[in-house]
Amino acid sequence: MIAVIDYRVGNLGSVRRAVERLGFPCKVTGETDEILSAERVIFPGVGAAGKAMECLRETGLDEAVRESLRLGKPILGICLGAQVIFERSEENDTLCLGLIKGKAARFPEPLYGAAEGLLKVPHIGWNGVIPQRQHPVLEGIRAADEFYFVHSYYPLPEDEENVITLTDYGVRFPSVIGCRNLVAVQFHPEKSGTAGLKLLRNFCTWDGRHAE
Amino acid sequence: MLSKRIIPCLDVREGKTTKGIKFEENIDIGDPVEMARFYYEEGADEVAFYDITASSDRRDIMIDVVSRVAREIYIPFCVGGGIRTLEDMRAVLLAGAEKVSVNSAAVLNPRIIAEGAEVFGSQCIVLGMDVKKVAPSGRIPSGYEVVIDGGRTRMGRDALEWAKEAESLGAGEICLNSIDADGTQEGYEMTLTPLISENVGIPVIASGGAGNIDHIYDVLTRGKADAALVASVVHYGTHSIRQIKEELNRRGVKVRMAW
Repeated sequence: MIAVIDYRVGNLGSVRRAVERLGFPCKVTGETDEILSAERVIFPGVGAAGKAMECLRETGLDEAVRESLRLGKPILGICLGAQVIFERSEENDTLCLGLIKGKAARFPEPLYGAAEGLLKVPHIGWNGVIPQRQHPVLEGIRAADEFYFVHSYYPLPEDEENVITLTDYGVRFPSVIGCRNLVAVQFHPEKSGTAGLKLLRNFCTWDGRHAE
Repeated sequence: MLSKRIIPCLDVREGKTTKGIKFEENIDIGDPVEMARFYYEEGADEVAFYDITASSDRRDIMIDVVSRVAREIYIPFCVGGGIRTLEDMRAVLLAGAEKVSVNSAAVLNPRIIAEGAEVFGSQCIVLGMDVKKVAPSGRIPSGYEVVIDGGRTRMGRDALEWAKEAESLGAGEICLNSIDADGTQEGYEMTLTPLISENVGIPVIASGGAGNIDHIYDVLTRGKADAALVASVVHYGTHSIRQIKEELNRRGVKVRMAW
């Protein structure tokens, strides 16, 4: 069973539908017991970091995420879930979970692209990923594959070793993060067509061991 | 580098896709779920549905369409048409849409944008605006007026001012539909589109008038649109989404080429 953590931020139906489509049993749940007994955990999130942290603390699910990490369960952070795993977020200078050293950083403004000129923030739409190191969840992802992004902040780990892919949008920012049994993606794999489904399938069969 | 998006738009009436010219003479052209799946497999970056079902008590038909689409396609899709309240928004988002677009209701009650953004997040809220070219005046300095009811009711609001206001209220994207160009297949509106795109910080989706690839190329380059809505040009098989993207790619427009 795969638990999709429901801490009252956003609509989790699309994550569940995508995982079920791939043939893996999946449950959207806010119950700590169910999360801790799940084989693997998806940690999604949309919206503001402050609100998300508040909901996590209120529901006590911050501890469920921490405990899942400690137990070695494969964990997939998605979007805001890939930001609040850090020590803090520049979004209203929010104190976050501190599972990985680093922060969620805001795109600088004004933001310029070499070819595009002035860029809009949030970064909305399809963009590619540039692999920096191997990771099992990237198995079979092709150079031309793109993923669907919607965000104004991006993950910025302190340790370069945690950067699995980078993406270009005015700045070159980390878009897939890996640390032990935790992997986190800034984009929405559940909304990224066949490439996103492939990444989700890889996660659903990953044993949680970090790449070299 | 971010890709420009190609978004097929399906007008849906009582569960069937239809297509009209300048919001009139609608004819049924297929099943929206099958069409969405077809476009998804052809490389569409997103799909837009516009519910033109006349009577509000038949809205559950659209909700059923949305939930079936959500099981077939794994890219974002947006649902608009008849969205008036937070409950309308909630219903389509829970059924599986990524975004909702508000149009007339937002012009009549702009607070719906702020409320929707507050509850569901700005990324969910697309402001759809229908505009008509008019003589520039003190009240309408851009020369484009916001209209509703498919162009039948003029709102006395300047299109550029409204776009800026919607952004400040929390709209995540703007879908700009030219009533003059809609269904003509003679090209997108090329004056207001870049004007709005350069004056707001959120993506602008151009809508209305695509008849060939040149039109799409123009609006994504000179027109400064972040995405192009396409309807007749793909529904009637003039071009496939794949052909459009291959040609745009050949001409140097960054589009997603792997799917």
